[in-house]
Amino acid sequence: MSILLDRESRVIVQGITGKIARFHTKDMIEYGTNVVGGVVPGKGGETVEGVPVFNTVKEAVEATGANASLVFVPPPFAADSIMEAADAGIHYCVCITDGIPAQDMIRVKRYMYRYPKEKRMILTGPNCAGTISPGKALLGIMPGHIYLPGTVGIIGRSGTLGYEAAAQLKELGLGVSTSVGIGGDPINGSSFKDILEWFEKDPETEVIAMIGEIGGPQEAEAADYIKNHVTKPVVAYVAGLTAPKGRTMGHAGAIISAFGESASEKVEILSAAGVTVAENPAVIGETIASVMKKNAA
Amino acid sequence: MDIHEYQAKEVLSNFGVTVPPGALAYSPEQAAYRARELGGDKWIVKAQVHAGGRGKAGGVKLCNSEAEIYEATENLFGKKLVTHQTGPEGKGIYRVYVEGAVPIAREIYLGFVLDRSSQRVMIVASSEGGMEIEEISAERPESIVRSTVEPAVGLQDFQAREIAFQLGIEPAMTQQMVRTLKGCYQAFSELDATMVEINPLVVTSDNRVIALDAKMTFDDNALFRHPQIAELRDKSQEDPRESRAADRGLSYVGLEGNIGCIVNGAGLAMATMDTIKLAGGEPANFLDIGGGATPERVAKAFRLVMSDSNVQAVLVNIFAGINRCDWVAEGVVQALKEVQVDVPVVVRLAGTNVEEGQKILAQSGLPLIRATSLMEAAERAVGAWKNDLDQNTRVRAVK
Repeated sequence: MSILLDRESRVIVQGITGKIARFHTKDMIEYGTNVVGGVVPGKGGETVEGVPVFNTVKEAVEATGANASLVFVPPPFAADSIMEAADAGIHYCVCITDGIPAQDMIRVKRYMYRYPKEKRMILTGPNCAGTISPGKALLGIMPGHIYLPGTVGIIGRSGTLGYEAAAQLKELGLGVSTSVGIGGDPINGSSFKDILEWFEKDPETEVIAMIGEIGGPQEAEAADYIKNHVTKPVVAYVAGLTAPKGRTMGHAGAIISAFGESASEKVEILSAAGVTVAENPAVIGETIASVMKKNAA
Repeated sequence: MDIHEYQAKEVLSNFGVTVPPGALAYSPEQAAYRARELGGDKWIVKAQVHAGGRGKAGGVKLCNSEAEIYEATENLFGKKLVTHQTGPEGKGIYRVYVEGAVPIAREIYLGFVLDRSSQRVMIVASSEGGMEIEEISAERPESIVRSTVEPAVGLQDFQAREIAFQLGIEPAMTQQMVRTLKGCYQAFSELDATMVEINPLVVTSDNRVIALDAKMTFDDNALFRHPQIAELRDKSQEDPRESRAADRGLSYVGLEGNIGCIVNGAGLAMATMDTIKLAGGEPANFLDIGGGATPERVAKAFRLVMSDSNVQAVLVNIFAGINRCDWVAEGVVQALKEVQVDVPVVVRLAGTNVEEGQKILAQSGLPLIRATSLMEAAERAVGAWKNDLDQNTRVRAVK
């Protein structure tokens, strides 16, 4: 039983009739994900990739027992779709959409707090590649074949840099328990700390890899949490050592605007918390491998 | 997106924030005329550029006559203003704002930001106005007052009053302060700002609360629902390469180095820049061409990177997931046939169908340098540039 997502997860795709959503729905089904339906307002009754489309998330949940959702809805409507999922009783939602206004995400977070913690939906993203539990299920847009099943838990802000890490691990014969993309936006559903909490409890995860970047307080918050609550070894890489201050580097959240937000400061903070930091992106895999070897000894 | 001071003042005054009387000018004659229209005997002439620190950089002048205004303005127009926020190249002055001077009794710092820790809008205020917030937090951290706004109900009067009292505002002016704070918050939330800064907010000797300066930044992702704000964009204040890239849907940031980068994904793009640095080079740019590395996007990216005359080598690093390497390789080959690239090009492909991709690159007959790992790619790009340098075979003129 992997974290957040496994073979039993019953998945719906919000915005399933879009071209990209269709493509990835097919890909997820081929990977073995239990996709049970889709939601597009006004397109209820249609079928996409062999699964039924519903007008509302509530209808989809009632008809299919869905408990996980993937949001592919365009930016102006994405926040609304996430709140709809939260209200319909979805347990885990991944939002892929890039370009959601920050204040919409503030409202989403505030809305989700209406629900007591045990009933509150878990959201990862937006602006992420998704979550994969290799060999079990894929809720996102990543290429499944670069992930071997294994015991490394990955948390990352960036999609392709996460692929790079997974591919390096595969090259070394190492696999992944679950890889979770938390996305590149300034206001996101789950932080590094939130997912660290899951991996710490997960019996299938032996070592945790954090792939961070410049901007925001979440790597430093994670460092603080690791120091006090995480017993498993943690490896980290922080992208953006050469990024200038005050400039947005692609991701809306990748901007150094306060103390502690540069890559070198984050590396320092994480190292001080006992995290093993990979010095460059080419050695993320090797660094994880050596930490695992040490941990086994 | 940033806007000018005069634009921010107009926006904020629509939300009940008091600003000094002022007018915009595009020439020294117009500036002098504006001063006459405004009346009074003391004016401030302010260069309109998208950067802070204008006062220290000579972009703000106090004038006592129309002749002084003419002279001050003539010296500003067409110049580049270099402040600690503009970088060495500075920002062009094409507009000035003329304002009537107000009698200042005290200066306050007031800022509204998106606080990423609390995931809410945070108000940051200090009794030490006129100084940059970085200086205040270094020198007078105890003077800083912070308050976060509950998004469901917005900024409440009691919060605004608390801030006013903590700043030591006289009770008679509390209501003006509350109106200013609530006006700024309303503008922030209704117009999807990411930053509002009034520095200084002044209390005048005749007991008025006035925004003497104003800065606003807006969320690019929300401009679609604020066309009136999107219209305020001033391309003269942007790096021309960056605005060209943004118009083409590419995310580009120009840097000082000479190894051009073309990468898919923001995190991988930053990681690629870092690896170039480790290999002994300096990246010329950040460029994320997005998930789908279509031939058109790759060609656009090459044109953009090659428009930087400092670029002496190009590193293409694509991790193909759903878009296979063979397809990306075809895109690279096609782009190099369309765009004249007269520097060494290193291509590193990884991910789906990597062997087919490599084969296409090898069989293209183009003088490409191929690499399999990220480190190897960076070393080859830096090596190719250094090799050119040693053998003096470089075809591009050095700037």
